[in-house]
Order: sequence, then C-alpha cells, then structure tokens
Amino acid sequence: MKDIVDSANSKGESNNKLCFPHFCSGLLLLCSAHYLVAAEEIDFVDPLEDGEDISLIQEPERRKVKISDIDTENFEFGISGGLLSVEDFETNALVVGALKYHVTEDFFVEARFGQSHVGETSFEKLSGGANLLTDEDRDLAFYDLSLGINLFPGEAFILNKWAVNSGFYLIGGVGATQFAGNDEFTINGGVGYRVIANDFLSLNFHVRDHVFETEITGTEKTTHNFEVSAGISVFF
Amino acid sequence: MSAKNFGSQFFLLLTLLSSLTSISSMSIAAEVTVAQPFIEMRTGPGRGYPIFYIVEASETATILKRRTDWFKIETKSKQPKTGWVHLSQMSETLTDDGTKAVFAYSTREDAVNRKWEWSIGGGELDGAATISTAASLHITKNIALQLEAAQVLGEFSDGWMATGSISHSPFPHWRISPYFQIGSGLLRTKPFSTIVQADDQTDRTVSVGGGLNIYVSRRFISFVDYRYHTVLTSGNNNKEISEWKIGIRTFF
Repeated sequence: MKDIVDSANSKGESNNKLCFPHFCSGLLLLCSAHYLVAAEEIDFVDPLEDGEDISLIQEPERRKVKISDIDTENFEFGISGGLLSVEDFETNALVVGALKYHVTEDFFVEARFGQSHVGETSFEKLSGGANLLTDEDRDLAFYDLSLGINLFPGEAFILNKWAVNSGFYLIGGVGATQFAGNDEFTINGGVGYRVIANDFLSLNFHVRDHVFETEITGTEKTTHNFEVSAGISVFF
Repeated sequence: MSAKNFGSQFFLLLTLLSSLTSISSMSIAAEVTVAQPFIEMRTGPGRGYPIFYIVEASETATILKRRTDWFKIETKSKQPKTGWVHLSQMSETLTDDGTKAVFAYSTREDAVNRKWEWSIGGGELDGAATISTAASLHITKNIALQLEAAQVLGEFSDGWMATGSISHSPFPHWRISPYFQIGSGLLRTKPFSTIVQADDQTDRTVSVGGGLNIYVSRRFISFVDYRYHTVLTSGNNNKEISEWKIGIRTFF
C-alpha cells in the first residue's frame, strides 16, 4: 500500500490510472484475507455451521437456547394417607407415594405406590381361630400408572377472608395389586379435588376404585376396593 | 416377591425418572419486553386463575420458570409484580436484542425431534395381562434405544420382563408412523404354587416386532406394539410367544 501511494506521489497524476488497479487488487486481497479469518472464527464457534451466512449464525441461535433453558416445573411429588376398603377384609389405613408429570395444563400422567395391611373377614372372626391368610399375606401393596384430566379450574372462597385456586380431576389407569401372595392386574378410576396453596404446594383429596379379580374366598370374583385419601404434594 | 421388594422396584423407577428431568432443569433467567399493547398476568399457571395485573407495552420482565404452557414472570418496575402469563401472549414479546422471543407449543415437529421419551402401556403376553413402562433415547430421528420393564399377570403364573431394544422408524414425519424393533431381555416366571408345582425360573428372550406411533397432540403420542419373543429356555425346545400392547408416550 505504502509503495503504491509513494509511487503515485513521486510520479504525479499521470500514473494514477496505472496504480488504481493495483490498489483495487490490494484491497481485494485484504478483503479476502479478512474473509478467511472471519470464516475461521465461525469454524471455531461452531464447526457444524460451516459455509453458512455469518449473519444467520450469530445472536438468534444463542437466544433460542437461552429460552429453552428456563427452569420448567412440570413434575409433582406427593404423599397421601387414607383408607382402603378391601372387599371382605375390612377398611384399613393406607399410605401412598405418587409422582405426577403435567403434560399440559389439562392432562397429567401419574405413577403411584401404596401400602396397606388388611384386617379379618367376618368368617375368620366368627369361626374363632380359622385364618384364611397369614399375617404376612395380609400386607397389601399396589402400584398404578394413570392418566388424569383436570376439570373446572377456578377459585374457591373460604369465608370472606381467603380465595384459593382449586379444581377437580378425573383419573384412571392400570396397575397391579400384590395381596395374599399373588399379583393381580388392577384397573383404577376415580375423581379428585385439588387445592393449590401456592406455586409449589398443592393439597388433594380423592376417591378411587381399585378393581381386581381374586379367589381368596374360594371362587374367582371381581372385587371393588375403594380408596379415600388426602395428601400433599410439591412441584419441582 | 415381598411387598418391600415391590416398593423398592417402584422407587428405583421413580429415581430413574427424576434423574431424567434434572437434565432439563437448568435455571437461566431470560428477559422479555412487551411488544403488544398489554399482556395479562394471572395469579397462577392456569385459565382458572384470575387476572390481577396488566403488563403494558415496552415494560420489561424476567422469566422465572415455566409450568406446562405458563410462564412465571417478574416485572422490572419500581414495584415488581410476579405472576403467570400464557404462552400465547409470551410469544408476542421481544427479547432484549429486539427479536421476537421464541416460545412455541409442542408440535408434531417437536415429536419428530424428541430426544427422551417415557411411555406406559398395557397389553397381553401369551394370554396374560401385562403392564409396562419404558424410557427411550432417540439417537437420530429414525433410531431409538429403549429400556422396558413389564409386569406379567397370568392365570397360572406371574412374572417380570425386562427388555432392551433398538427401533427404527423409517418415516418419522408421518402422523401415523410405523417402526420396527429388535430386542433382547430377561423373563422371570413365577408359577402359582397352589396350581402348578414348579420353581421360579429366569430365561433369556430375543424379540422382533413393530408397531405404529400415532401422534395425538402436543406432547402425546399413542402407540400400538406387537412383538414376537423367543424364550431361550433351559429345556430342549425354545418357547415362542407373542405380545400385544397399546399405550401412550410423552416426550421431553
């Protein structure tokens, strides 16, 4: 560059025409060199984007990642306690652990595990000593996988002082019940009411029927076993 | 199997699932500026919650978290307000460099590009009822690895089956998309002692099968699945059994 300028100065106006193409080619060289450097920089940022327009690669791409990294809280873990009425075997205390995943505002999937210990049949009580089951076989455990639908969301008012958010839900699914030494295929279905205390805490109450077949009492029969429980859960 | 065992298996599944979610729970604050005349802020993440505040045009807010299609935001004003805004309104806001914020409903396109997937299903294996759950990792749009656990509840025996499989979907863009799979696993059979005098046994299985993934909406895909298992028994003859199931998948 300096040579071109110097020579232009020393040889006067007449040489300008000759020098201009040199100057242009020099510029071109510089530009292409700059382009090469720029291309290398892009390669360094993301080798996959090689060959694409520079303006397309920069900011918007990074922005997208940032937004998808927002903390999502679609899971809910809860524990609940209540009563489980086991056909022929009295109504007994029940403890349940549950994990829910909220797919949308309206639908959720749920996995639960529950445990209870059943009582005696009226036959066992009246016969005075004849036991149908050992104490170990009276342990009842179940798990279920269900799909739930949220219904009628809205505010509920408690006196004049409080307003809480609440809603009903319908739920149903399949699972297994382990009882009297056997695992039985179980269908469950029910309805629940939920009060959402704040952004991460909710209280729920539900009634559910567990339907399974058993032959403990001699003949194979379908039993309906109702659960009433209340619990607390947190979102994470 | 004792109740205790039954429970520990369930909690193992829970731990697996929750470790899946921790992958996507990085917390990074993003800022948006309201571009439309106003957006409505609700007290909670749902249409049943009342609107308590209006964020006006050109006001700025920080996104705190997301639950389903709702975003919890905090305005950057003198008296900051915190509330929940629906995705449909958030998608009209601008990021700090003036470009439209990219928020979108989960679509079929997201389903095609899904990475992690969790499914639950129910069906039949050689006359016995099955309940199954599976986690899948999609390596490409076409190929996925899957780990499945199924409980088998039969008339004469109970059992468990664990299967690892690899599947290929030749047309992932189709709404009803077929897939083919091969797998291998273990089948644990426990005959009822009151009916059959036989010991519990564990056999290796190899399977081949296929099915249809039917995109329902948003983040739901339903499926129909068929597998033909060859149980490599310790006896002279291998046993061949078929399995049908239907279920639902959700993806992250």
